[in-house]
Amino acid sequence: MNFFLTIVVDGLIQASWLFIVALGLTLVFGVLKILNIAHGSFYALGAYIAATAVTMVAARSLPPSVGFVAMLVSVALIASAVGFLLERGLLKMFYSRDEVVLLLVTYAVFLILEDVTKLIWGVNPIYATQPYELFGNVAFAGLYYVGYDLVLIPISAAIGFAVWFGLNRTVTGKIVLAVIHNEEMSVSMGVRVNRVYAVAFAFGVLLASLAGALTAPKISMQPGLSSDVIILSFAIVVIGGLGSVEGAAVGAILVGLARAASVHLVPQAELFMIYLIMTAVLMFRPEGLFKRETARRI
Amino acid sequence: MKQGLHPLLMIALVAAVTLFGRVLPTWTLSLATVAASNALIALGIVVLARTGNVSFGQGLFFAAGGYGVALIANVWGVTDAVAQMIIGAVCGGLLGLVIGPLIARYSGIFFGMLTLALSMVLYGALVKSTALGGSDGFNVGRPSLFGMSFNDPREADFMLYAVSVITTGFAGIAATILFRSELGLASLAVRENNLRVEYLGISANLVITINFVIAAIFAGASGAFALMAQRHIDPQFAYWTTSGEFVFVAVLAGYQSVAAVFVASMALELVRSFSNLYLPNTWQLVLGVFLLGVILFLPRGIGSLWIRERQKRMRPTAATPIAAQKEATL
Repeated sequence: MNFFLTIVVDGLIQASWLFIVALGLTLVFGVLKILNIAHGSFYALGAYIAATAVTMVAARSLPPSVGFVAMLVSVALIASAVGFLLERGLLKMFYSRDEVVLLLVTYAVFLILEDVTKLIWGVNPIYATQPYELFGNVAFAGLYYVGYDLVLIPISAAIGFAVWFGLNRTVTGKIVLAVIHNEEMSVSMGVRVNRVYAVAFAFGVLLASLAGALTAPKISMQPGLSSDVIILSFAIVVIGGLGSVEGAAVGAILVGLARAASVHLVPQAELFMIYLIMTAVLMFRPEGLFKRETARRI
Repeated sequence: MKQGLHPLLMIALVAAVTLFGRVLPTWTLSLATVAASNALIALGIVVLARTGNVSFGQGLFFAAGGYGVALIANVWGVTDAVAQMIIGAVCGGLLGLVIGPLIARYSGIFFGMLTLALSMVLYGALVKSTALGGSDGFNVGRPSLFGMSFNDPREADFMLYAVSVITTGFAGIAATILFRSELGLASLAVRENNLRVEYLGISANLVITINFVIAAIFAGASGAFALMAQRHIDPQFAYWTTSGEFVFVAVLAGYQSVAAVFVASMALELVRSFSNLYLPNTWQLVLGVFLLGVILFLPRGIGSLWIRERQKRMRPTAATPIAAQKEATL
């Protein structure tokens, strides 16, 4: 029983940050119809920026709570600026082309960002562990957990709720939903689709890098981080259905639990398991578990 | 359609390129071997792309070919280069036969994602399989040819160069013939509108499956060459960035010309080795900028540099419904 609980808690911790990454990916796909390969790079970028912020704060011997806040704020500012500039400066030029071309453009961005992070932060692993002790340790049903890990779960739930609320209960959100549903119609109703695109992409980047920042104290930042994360978040959004917020949540929990279960039960099968689930979902429900039925447009 | 080169002329061209290897310096020789092998797999992607589907998981067949050859070489001692190439092609092709019919129903992003997922399943399995060396992989011996073994490294390099260039050359000739055939033209029709193709009595799924298997065979053979050139194999063969690079070559080449695939593959290898030499740690940056430049300024690939006028006549009216729709809104 205890063993089972370990898997569930570990799975939820994994799911919490994976959900934030996947949420960004799924929103960008929903609005811009772009499957963003560079999304993992924004996660890595966020993690690296967070590490720098934490180290700078620690060097001034300020408390780790300041570091925690500093890393979130700096990541939020830089990431949304990067996302906005990238959409306006680069992606905009390719909207009239095939969706596969856009996929390749984001692949190029992935390649570029991969080396840019190497140029700025080097190839050796770097750490930002100070905020990790911020919430102490928690004894829970006979198991010990790092408080920081457990705090990630409510944070991610709050972000998920905020996005859901923002989309479904505010005017701005309704406009975004309208663009997701039918952009031609939105344009004729006077929605500035260009602006929605830019904001949605920047927001997607922001979510990815926030997840990076939140996990930065837990992990070591090194090259290859982005390609591992993108491969997990692809699996999540495909399982849940591209463009669906609920789907991202369910997909993240499934992938988190699958990862935790295979780490504890059959460590050989970790990545294999996740991709097997993704393949099975694609085979039987290619639109994902949560894709709404839409009328076929001729 | 304007007729291209006569097949006999193309054979002569392949022979000339092979003999040209005699005068190339050693470093260019191994570079050209890798380029020819990458061109082969990218050619498969181009074949498949003519049906409108881009595979982001050719690494699956690349790794299947490589591992198949490596295992057979180590267990039964098959070291002949030509035999290894055939084994690789058969391994890739068999896997393609299994997966092709399942995957032919999908299109666009789902097709790409499914191929990517399958290659990552293989990667995940390979990384953790201790029998196959896990993430470190394992080594295989030097290839031989028709009972001759090559101890002089220069001779061995040339042998490998010759076999890979000849194989890729013949694959190119076969692809040219394929493009002009009924199946090749049907593939283009599937890309434009698969429903109409179905109404005309041709099975779009069958067309896609056949092209998929051809691409898998090419990828398997290419995996065999990569193995022979490195004499080492590891799960990286199946990783998604490996597949991404092959798609890169295909995009660089464009979907119009076979010769462009070879030029693009060689260009990529040159860019890679020069930026490795002069800008270490930034070759991906160079690659990314290069890719963006090609997409932006040569939307139909390098091939459009020399077959421009033909394309103008063949240009389809609207790319895809989504593209047309986006065009209308922006």
